[in-house]
Amino acid sequence: MNNAIEARGLVKQFDGFRAVDGVDMNIPEGSIFGLLGPNGAGKTTLLRTLLGIIDQDEGTRTLLGSPKPISKSRVVGYLPEERGLYQSMRAADTIAFMGALRGMALKDAREKGRAMLEEAGLGYAADRQIKQLSKGMAQTVQLIGTLVHEPRLIVLDEPFSGLDALNQAKLERMIRAQAERGVTIIFSTHVIAHAERLCESIAIIANGKISFDGLVSTARDRLPPQVHLETETLDGPWRSALPETCEPQGHWWHFSLPESGVEPLLTALVEGKAGVRSLSIERAGLHDAFVAIAGESAAAEMDEELAEEMP
Amino acid sequence: MREIIRAAFVIGRRDLTAIIFSKAFILFLLGPLFPVIVAIAAGSLGGQIARDADKPVVGLLMASGDTAKLMSVRSELSSQVGSSWFPELKSLGSPKPDEGLDGSKSPREYLVDKKNSLVVVVSGTLDKPVITATKAQAQRHDDKIAMLIGYATSGQSTQLPEIETQIVEQSASGAKKGQQMTAQVAQIIMYFLTVLLTGMVLSNLVEEKSNKIIEILAASIPIESVFVGKLFAMLLMSMIGIAIWTVAGLGAVTLFAQGLPLQSIPAPAVGWPMFMTLAVIYFTMTYLMLGALFLGIGAMAATVREVQTLSMPVTMVQLIIFFFAAYTVTQLGRPIELAAAIFPLSSPFAMIARAAQLPILWHHLVAVIGQGLFTVVLLRIGVALFKRNVMKSGGGGKDKASDKKGGGRRKLFGLIPLSR
Repeated sequence: MNNAIEARGLVKQFDGFRAVDGVDMNIPEGSIFGLLGPNGAGKTTLLRTLLGIIDQDEGTRTLLGSPKPISKSRVVGYLPEERGLYQSMRAADTIAFMGALRGMALKDAREKGRAMLEEAGLGYAADRQIKQLSKGMAQTVQLIGTLVHEPRLIVLDEPFSGLDALNQAKLERMIRAQAERGVTIIFSTHVIAHAERLCESIAIIANGKISFDGLVSTARDRLPPQVHLETETLDGPWRSALPETCEPQGHWWHFSLPESGVEPLLTALVEGKAGVRSLSIERAGLHDAFVAIAGESAAAEMDEELAEEMP
Repeated sequence: MREIIRAAFVIGRRDLTAIIFSKAFILFLLGPLFPVIVAIAAGSLGGQIARDADKPVVGLLMASGDTAKLMSVRSELSSQVGSSWFPELKSLGSPKPDEGLDGSKSPREYLVDKKNSLVVVVSGTLDKPVITATKAQAQRHDDKIAMLIGYATSGQSTQLPEIETQIVEQSASGAKKGQQMTAQVAQIIMYFLTVLLTGMVLSNLVEEKSNKIIEILAASIPIESVFVGKLFAMLLMSMIGIAIWTVAGLGAVTLFAQGLPLQSIPAPAVGWPMFMTLAVIYFTMTYLMLGALFLGIGAMAATVREVQTLSMPVTMVQLIIFFFAAYTVTQLGRPIELAAAIFPLSSPFAMIARAAQLPILWHHLVAVIGQGLFTVVLLRIGVALFKRNVMKSGGGGKDKASDKKGGGRRKLFGLIPLSR
């Protein structure tokens, strides 16, 4: 499988501050790829550098095989974090303009834009000026403008930010639909749940550095599976099969599966007459994996940001 | 290159449409009316003063008897129609038959002599008068002079005598002065138009940065296209404005300025059609150069405040360049004038002054090529600075990473550290 994006030793600094610090990454074509990290981690700068909006200070990058990303702009769609549209322009004209920027004929882009607005339930707003639309409607117009030229690669910078739950779900559906068409989708987020639901692969970035780049399952497998056990008794010879530091919460025990595996644990519980009421073994969640990879502080920052966004 | 032109066209079309249908364009069109209104107000006041101070004077180079008759007739008629209706008469002495006119001077020489400030010289006799003047002045005063002579010879002003007219071209020094005046007027118009337009280009770019649209543009097309598209949209808008002003101006002249001595305005050395063509070309070049410079600066600035901070010194520099070029109008061929013609930013101003005063054309070809290349260099530098300094984070110029980590102090235009 070809890579939609490749970066080697990418560095971008501003006034001596390394916003992107030696990034190596591969993003395979046809995948949904999430770039995870707290605000200020370097996500936006990395995306801008990969797209050629700004030039790197060191390292190399290729986008769809080209070292000059702008040369591939006709097959790339980009939704920046800072949403911006001409306030006096009509919705259909805005989409047409964005399509024309990406090489479409203005007339074709306008017709397609109108059709897409209809599909999104905004046909009635096609001739309204952007300033007359609600924030959510304007965001939808911009998203349609990002997709109107049917790109092979879609890059979305914090696409869920500012959307209500209903629109977030709509956006998730759109991302899946595009992925089914074979489009490569890259999005940055500080909400781990979105990445967990959508992505096959992720990169975790903190302080401009990539601390993990790979499959979501690989990230989760960095942590052992989690055991959730309920027993009738709280002590007995079976306790030696549990980690030493594990303390009961009522009759519940939560701990990482020992390296020896599940069979020795089960044997000890049965033979030690623990009185097992309930036992489940789950793979680690992406949040736990993120904590393990990026550290507690990065995870806490992301949780804080998420809490701030909540109404 | 093809993609740059295509994308520039998309940007230019959008900008032009947006500007033409905006209130700013109406203001742009009305702009020249303000100086015109001021000029009319000042002109009506100054005109009265000028009429009082600069009454036209007609020199009489005739026999003393004829001179006395004409002066008497003027005095008599002025008491009936007002003293300002007839030009002042001034005796230049009597021609002596064997020594020519007044010993040595001809009517033409009297006319050119500045100390007399004459508009017309009347010579010959009352029966066979001759007036010597430029075509415009002759047309303006011949009927009044004829009336005075007719009254002096027949006692009535209804029988106007035949008057021989000797037309003189403007003096060499007058033509030179006139051409310098034409050069200066062209420079002033070019300067004000350029200041107006570059300001509008800068505002346009800053608006896009504050709207966050610039990131979409930068991700979709080469930044060169954004700059070129914006420059040419504004240029086209100004050309539309100039066309409207020209038509309106010609209409106004046709309606209200009949009889004005427009033909007496001295022709530039290269002729009016070529001069006007060169004026449009040099206006285009100076606008493109300064516009590119302003776009580069505007692209670097992250906020409107930063742009405002830089606007003042840049405007001052623009003004200095204009004064430099204006100073060299009277220094044709001297090193300082050559320097103004060679230095790219003052070159269009200096070269239009050359077009007014020198009939050589190849200089202009060389100058336009040089100015074009300099525009390309400025655009390239602007693009490089944009890619180096702009969009430092997701916060539209607010360096979130730096804010959080306390590193990477923000700098004005990426150059001057800002205090927190």
